[in-house]
Amino acid sequence: MSAPSTFALLANASGVPWTDVPAWSAAELVRATDEALARGGRLCAWCGVPEGELTCLVSIVAFDADNTLAVARSLPLSGRYPSLTVTQPQAHLFEREVWEQHGLVPDGHPWLKPVRQTAGDAPAQAEFFRVDGREVHEVAVGPVHAGVIEPGHFRFQCAGEEVLHLEIALGYQHRGIEAALGGGPHRRTLSQVESIAGDTTIGHATAHAMVVEALAGTEAPLRAQWLRAVALELERLANHTGDLGALANDVAFQPTAAACGKIRGDFLNLTALVCGNRFGRGWVQPGGCGHDLEPARALTLAARLTAALGEVEQAAGWLWESSSARSRFEHVGVIFPQQASAIGLVGPAARACGLVRDVRYDHPAGWHRMAQAPVAVWPGGDVLARARVRWLEIQRSGQFVQEQLVAAPDGCVRESMPAAAPDTLAVTLVEGWRGEICHVALTDATGRFRRYKIVDPSFHNWTGLALAMRGQAISDFPICNKSFNLSYCGFDL
Amino acid sequence: MFVFDQLLHRLKRGCETMAYPHGLAPALPERHGGSLRADAAKCATGCSDCVPVCPTAAITQPGTRGVSLDLGRCLFCSACVNVCPSGAITHTGDHRMAVRSPTDLVLGEPGREELRLACALEEKRLRLFGRSLRLRQISAGGDGAEEADLNVLGTIGWDLGRFGIQFVASPRHADGLVVTGPVSRNMELALRKTWDAMPAPKLVIAVGTSAISGGPFAGESRVLGGVAAVLPVDLYIPGWPPHPLTILDGLLRLLGRLEQDRAPAPAPAPRP
Repeated sequence: MSAPSTFALLANASGVPWTDVPAWSAAELVRATDEALARGGRLCAWCGVPEGELTCLVSIVAFDADNTLAVARSLPLSGRYPSLTVTQPQAHLFEREVWEQHGLVPDGHPWLKPVRQTAGDAPAQAEFFRVDGREVHEVAVGPVHAGVIEPGHFRFQCAGEEVLHLEIALGYQHRGIEAALGGGPHRRTLSQVESIAGDTTIGHATAHAMVVEALAGTEAPLRAQWLRAVALELERLANHTGDLGALANDVAFQPTAAACGKIRGDFLNLTALVCGNRFGRGWVQPGGCGHDLEPARALTLAARLTAALGEVEQAAGWLWESSSARSRFEHVGVIFPQQASAIGLVGPAARACGLVRDVRYDHPAGWHRMAQAPVAVWPGGDVLARARVRWLEIQRSGQFVQEQLVAAPDGCVRESMPAAAPDTLAVTLVEGWRGEICHVALTDATGRFRRYKIVDPSFHNWTGLALAMRGQAISDFPICNKSFNLSYCGFDL
Repeated sequence: MFVFDQLLHRLKRGCETMAYPHGLAPALPERHGGSLRADAAKCATGCSDCVPVCPTAAITQPGTRGVSLDLGRCLFCSACVNVCPSGAITHTGDHRMAVRSPTDLVLGEPGREELRLACALEEKRLRLFGRSLRLRQISAGGDGAEEADLNVLGTIGWDLGRFGIQFVASPRHADGLVVTGPVSRNMELALRKTWDAMPAPKLVIAVGTSAISGGPFAGESRVLGGVAAVLPVDLYIPGWPPHPLTILDGLLRLLGRLEQDRAPAPAPAPRP
């Protein structure tokens, strides 16, 4: 595929001077992005950059087959522009977000409403899509849910048990992270990034560290890159194991639920073994890593990892062997591959639709340029497929970490950082356990963050949950929801 | 065969619930460091090395000499410990951190070098909740880490149920509210409504530094900077997030369930 000349091309975790990013009229940018997406690109980010009273639109498209990212921007504008969503549904939340943040109106957007309701009132106090009919009833759930879980509002349109439509209203967790990062890096920038989604601390910290390093035109020491790759897989292992347990719990299959709850803690404790914190806080930092994994500690980690992997294999085995548990997952919450690519699904949810889509493989950066685990794909698009992809990834991540633990490069794990380049745009993708994490940073003339954009995988995938519920019994919502296990705070920022 | 396999497995594993609190508490991860101790008397004259390295401005210098460390703002990153030339701020290795008042989290002054750990509830609520406590959890801008470690307490290793403590779905069934997160403005209404829906007498537990002070988001315009801005808090459990052991210790302490800690806690040996 030839490179589109309307875009500046760059590799993952690299930067480009802001002046070298091609600028077009908004209509032209929408047309070019539409064309790039139609050619097989994927929308990683679509965001605004304030330019005085006006706003520049920035479009970042990933060409997975080419291992290339493409960046273009619009000339500063205000008011209206032709909506990209009309032809590319994967842009729908991005355009709503830009409208909310910068006031640019996408003409023709089918459902323009706030994403996080930052104006002060509760996010659910808005118009919802309604289905009319004598048999139709509406079910409103949340923001406060029944479990120990984050808040969000779900509005179901049902005919009897069947869900005709689900609309998800989030924003309750909005802490204003992007705005807080502006003018940074500040002293607490890294802590805020680590808190974007607590269960993805390593993923977001790695994306942030690499974007800061890209702005400074440097890379972390090789040993730190190796360590980050290990940390990322430990995070994946803990969360995927927890998800398998939670899925089992939701169909009242206690053996796997009880075992996985404990084993998840064992994986978290492996992270704590290296950095002291079960969620990996302080482990990954710009310039390298905060803690090293010395040979003796690596041996301990390897032994405990092997034991935990053995246990999770057994616990998962019970789940797959139980036909009654399996049949609760089969043909429930189906997403077709065409739908998945149209809405830009990422991560295990996309791979469970048979899409081969994994940043570690498509856009390798850091240690993933030297070593990779095979991409885990499963066809079907149902709850079972999403569970199976997680199980494949547990096995492959486990094997990857075991292989890497004996392949450590020598050297230090942290180096001091040069200053960030002024007026530069850098983009980093990291395959977190939920999928693609995208961090975009643009510096001002002094090298401080002029704009920092975060796209958590949940931002792409919440629409997937809504689609998966179409035609399902409403009683299947818990297992559909668990099979995605998306982040509220990662979306709300 | 499948059922027999599982039964056999269960038999082989035996009881997986930890012995604590009757037996020893499980060790914190070696690099965790546990709680902190700040001894302003040890501060070198003119030294303020720890003040600028703190990401959340938890360390202040009230006078010309000596520091004050607020564990309600602390992210336990150890930056101050690593930079202190005179050993004024050190890790204690202690998992116990829960307190009843935010002023008990401020360390530094003579006699206040360490946390003043929480005492049990007053007689009336203790009699009601001491052996049966139902909790409703609200994440108000929480990032999922505190929530995850609260969920951990329900797993077989910790088995919160053996203490008569249980998380419930409805605020109508709850005796206490466990709040995590810096309290986003968008959650304020839901938090108040949940509290109003709970029958009195009731209590509030703030879990995690974010819920105590806002943590890394303290002072940001989209958050209220902790639960105390909205509700009366009975127990503060610091940590980012607190280790499950720290949370469990706090809950048991509040319910007067830790026999050995009824008396004032002995000073633990400082970590080498």
